Amino acid sequence: MKKDEFVPSTSMGVGGQTLLLAVLLFIVVIASTGMGYIKITPFEVIRIIVSKITGNHELLNGIDTIFPYVVSEVRLPRILTSAIVGAGLAIAGTIFQGILLNPLADPYTLGISAGAAFGASIALLLDITSLGIYSVPLFAFIGAVATLFAVMSLSSFNGQASSHTLILSGIIVAAILSAGISFLKYVADEQVSIIIFWLMGSFGSKTWADVFLTLVFVLIGFLICIFFARDLNIMSLGDRSAGSLGIETNKVRVILLVTASLITAICVSVSGIIGFVGLIIPHLMRFFVGPDNRRLIPASALVGAALLLSADTITRAVLPREIPIGVLTALIGGPFFCYIFRKRRIGRTDG
Amino acid sequence: MDRKTVFKVRDIVFYYGKNRALDNLSLTIEQGKFYGIVGPNGCGKTTFLDLLVRNRTPKSGTIKYLGRDIKGYIRRNLAKEIALVPQDFYINFPFSVKEIVLMGRHPHIPRFASPSTEDLKIVDEIMEKMEINRFKDKYITELSGGEKQRVVFARALAQDTPVLILDEGTSNMDIQYTLNILDIVADGVGLKKRTVIAALHNLNLAAAYCDELIFMKFGRIASEGDIDEVLNEQNIKDVFKVDSRIYFDHYSNSKQVVFKRGASV
Repeated sequence: MKKDEFVPSTSMGVGGQTLLLAVLLFIVVIASTGMGYIKITPFEVIRIIVSKITGNHELLNGIDTIFPYVVSEVRLPRILTSAIVGAGLAIAGTIFQGILLNPLADPYTLGISAGAAFGASIALLLDITSLGIYSVPLFAFIGAVATLFAVMSLSSFNGQASSHTLILSGIIVAAILSAGISFLKYVADEQVSIIIFWLMGSFGSKTWADVFLTLVFVLIGFLICIFFARDLNIMSLGDRSAGSLGIETNKVRVILLVTASLITAICVSVSGIIGFVGLIIPHLMRFFVGPDNRRLIPASALVGAALLLSADTITRAVLPREIPIGVLTALIGGPFFCYIFRKRRIGRTDG
Repeated sequence: MDRKTVFKVRDIVFYYGKNRALDNLSLTIEQGKFYGIVGPNGCGKTTFLDLLVRNRTPKSGTIKYLGRDIKGYIRRNLAKEIALVPQDFYINFPFSVKEIVLMGRHPHIPRFASPSTEDLKIVDEIMEKMEINRFKDKYITELSGGEKQRVVFARALAQDTPVLILDEGTSNMDIQYTLNILDIVADGVGLKKRTVIAALHNLNLAAAYCDELIFMKFGRIASEGDIDEVLNEQNIKDVFKVDSRIYFDHYSNSKQVVFKRGASV
């Protein structure tokens, strides 16, 4: 899919593409909802959802009475959470790659995920529940933002942070934080299994509260990113050119880094560490829709949602035994990443 | 004829950490002239140019653009006035050549708006002039260094500003394209009363194109003025520590500088 025609930002190009991917996501959601121990046909799933939304109970005639409960209370919260988290991680990955001018960057490169995981581990270790379901997300967010500022202050000289020093600082801080997480696990006694399972990532037993929590933050984050999408395009020319084109580079960089960290923290806090989504999805979508962030961000979000949901459905409904989603994405994503990384290196012509 | 003052720079000082990169530098730039800045590596040329486009802020001193402090401008409006061709042109994402040139129109296109026909027309004209039309749909990441630099140059021209600042903007191009680009730029100075400030390494190109020459050394201006006056053997020796001979060349219709082996003092 090479783009022969040049469509800078016409609403048709972006709109048509987004619509296509949204339809794809919708199909994946409906199909996933029907899959599992109890099989429900896609048509029945749609009838149940429509009846829930409209309150029209006649639509449920002829459907097993347990099905509506399975769909709306058990499967949909998990399915929607995994889709939203997939979208969030893909958006965060796109932003980090755009800011760091490095197509191989993602929330992990900056140590943001490790920071969020460290914060969440503390909440789990101390069994802090005073804020209900918001305890772990809040600690994850504090961890993520504290890490972001630690990394940024470590990497900036004369008030300017270059992307190379950002990545290096991120790796250093992440190494310290994972040692910290290991220490927390060591002192955790009986809490250790909770932390370990949480770190491996899972969408099991998610509720509608999780859905709304992630939806609100990922949506706000998405809108902020779209607002600055064109500035982010220009920033790929480098800071000096972007500055001379009227972009407040430092301001835009801080806003987008904080936004992407917030999205990452929310995702990590509800689902644990899920690797490679933020790295691979933007990389893959750049190949299909090009590097223009106005197209790339929505496309990555939708495909990230569809793919993480598919992966979660595989572990939930297809595999004989559920394996942690973080393990699955790493097992599929890791080798795939190695493949595109090699291909990219070999395919390079300049130099 | 009195010329309009474009930049009025007064006593600017700039530090990198503890290193003083610019030391009480003052300068006046007038409209409709081609200025060349020459000086040894690390003399503060790039820093000075960055201050003029407000990529950096001086520690003390003022820079006025058209009589108003440069700090008082909205960044975007400044981008409609001053364009910069940077030294580095490393772009890691596969934007097409046309997309990159169109980015030069950024300050003219409101947020969420599509480029107007006018914008696209300007982009097409510039790609034509710069002879990059034939690879306009190629990805920037696939081009050679010289080709990339021409694209980055076209992007700055597409910005369509009264002031153009070149920071070694031609360093990776062969002589054909270097002359092509400097001709385009010089035409803009002659026909449209644009102002060009160019950091150059090649003294003979500077002699052929510039109206005024600024010698920089240790973050200060060593000498400046009409090129016929300041381009002399003594100034070159003071700034670059090399011996040279300067003569008037009829073919290029400008002064030319020649060196010989072992002339580095």
